[in-house]
Amino acid sequence: MEQPLIKAIGLHRYFGEFCAVRDMAFDLNRGEILGLLGPNGAGKSTTLRMLSGALAPSAGDIWLSGINLKKHPRRAKKNLGYLPEVPPLYPELTVDEYLGYCAGLRGVAVHKRAGALQKVKGRCGLSDHGGRLIGNLSKGYRQRVGIAQAIVHEPGAIILDEPTSGLDPNQILEFRGLIRELGKHHGIILSTHILQEVKAVCDRVYIMNEGRLATSAPLEQLTRHEGGILLIRLGRPPALEAIGKLPGVCSADSLGEHRFRLELEDDATAGVIAERIVSSGWDLEELTSGTTELERIFTRHTTRETPL
Amino acid sequence: MILSVAGRELRSLFLSPLAWILMSVSMLLLAWLFLIRLEEFIQIQPRLAALENAPGITAILVVPQFGSAAMILMLIVPMLCMGLFAREFSSGTFSLLLSSPVSVTQIVFGKFLSVLTLLGVLLLLIVLMPLSLLMGGKLDLGTLAACILGLVLLLSAYGAVGLYFSSLTRQPAIAAVSSYGVLLLLWVLDLAGGSLFSHLGMSGHFQRLASGLVFSSDILYFLLLTGLCLTLTIRRLDTLRTFG
Repeated sequence: MEQPLIKAIGLHRYFGEFCAVRDMAFDLNRGEILGLLGPNGAGKSTTLRMLSGALAPSAGDIWLSGINLKKHPRRAKKNLGYLPEVPPLYPELTVDEYLGYCAGLRGVAVHKRAGALQKVKGRCGLSDHGGRLIGNLSKGYRQRVGIAQAIVHEPGAIILDEPTSGLDPNQILEFRGLIRELGKHHGIILSTHILQEVKAVCDRVYIMNEGRLATSAPLEQLTRHEGGILLIRLGRPPALEAIGKLPGVCSADSLGEHRFRLELEDDATAGVIAERIVSSGWDLEELTSGTTELERIFTRHTTRETPL
Repeated sequence: MILSVAGRELRSLFLSPLAWILMSVSMLLLAWLFLIRLEEFIQIQPRLAALENAPGITAILVVPQFGSAAMILMLIVPMLCMGLFAREFSSGTFSLLLSSPVSVTQIVFGKFLSVLTLLGVLLLLIVLMPLSLLMGGKLDLGTLAACILGLVLLLSAYGAVGLYFSSLTRQPAIAAVSSYGVLLLLWVLDLAGGSLFSHLGMSGHFQRLASGLVFSSDILYFLLLTGLCLTLTIRRLDTLRTFG
């Protein structure tokens, strides 16, 4: 069996007395997209910096593709691409110069560099921007260059620290497509504080809070109860009791302005309920799922008791 | 890998106006001094001809010219070196190097190589001035070679000191001022007298070399100073990874 791309055990990191990360453990396999979720200051970036070799852990061990990062740092880092929170760009270089430099640093042979650049620029939508100065690019394009430098040498493991911060909604959608595409052949760790992002692309979620791993689970498990609560708006609403008596619905509350909040029975799904509402002729105008398991867990694990 | 680091650094150095301005300023000053010295030499030449065992143009013009170059470059090199690491720290690009399969030693040598290349170009321009005298006269080529050797060693020591101080801070200006301070201190150290200080100071070692006396101890002094600074830089970057 192939070694996990990233494996970490018992990671600790102290800054003086302050413990930024406490006893983190990690596993990342090929073909997997792992979301590292947590509020600001939870220790996500510190964890990722340790995994990338930019910061030495105070305690604990990291293996990249089975190679110990502490003992053989150069060999271990060959299979790694890292996009830090602030993309490491040189504004005075052009995109081509910069990516060529990154390819060289990561040990791509000279005669293969042109091909690697061509490919990575195509993937990140930079094909027409090779000659542009990085300093003159917009924020979205800089972020693309940042991602391009992380994957130019086709690493197995890719670490992305808040890759979508500062992108506009269209760019975020494009970017998610790229991540899913990359996730087929590589292993990706993605940190974010945005729940939707995790739901959109990740297979597995690690939730961090105050330097600790609060919980980890496959995404399906966390979103399974998504049908638990439905929010609907009806064009021709019946009496509230009639909605409550709909098969599959435990209880219904009116939220005013033709809006209702439905609590579903365990075996009911949103689709079935929608069908029943439509066939009752109540003119379904809007249907959204309420709080999901993921959100509930996230809130439960990351809310501090102390007021702000 | 070393070449990748050095190549990128050189490209950035030559793309920034700072390097060009520093090089042109130092060349302007040196050319001015060279012309003044040449003028003086031409004026006293008739009197020299009357003397027995008179000093030649190399001793009167070339040696002091290299002395001036040593002083002017002491001001220039810290400015060229100040951004080497400090700028990478402050812009966050250093994490790119740390997450790449490159050792700290390779990074340091790559940066040092880029500085040496730039200073090599500068040195070439400086040497061209005395060489132009060959068109109209004779030079003591042995002394000239010793001068060049002295300046090469001195410049690499300057560069290594600048590199080290750049690795200590995120602010280039602080790196420049502190490496300038240390270089000047090393230069004036032997003013205090005593054999210890004259061994530790740079000026005595350089002046011996520049006057045409090549002692291996002087060569060793500069190599040790360079090596010490490079080692300290490597140590510094290692601890940076550990302490964040």
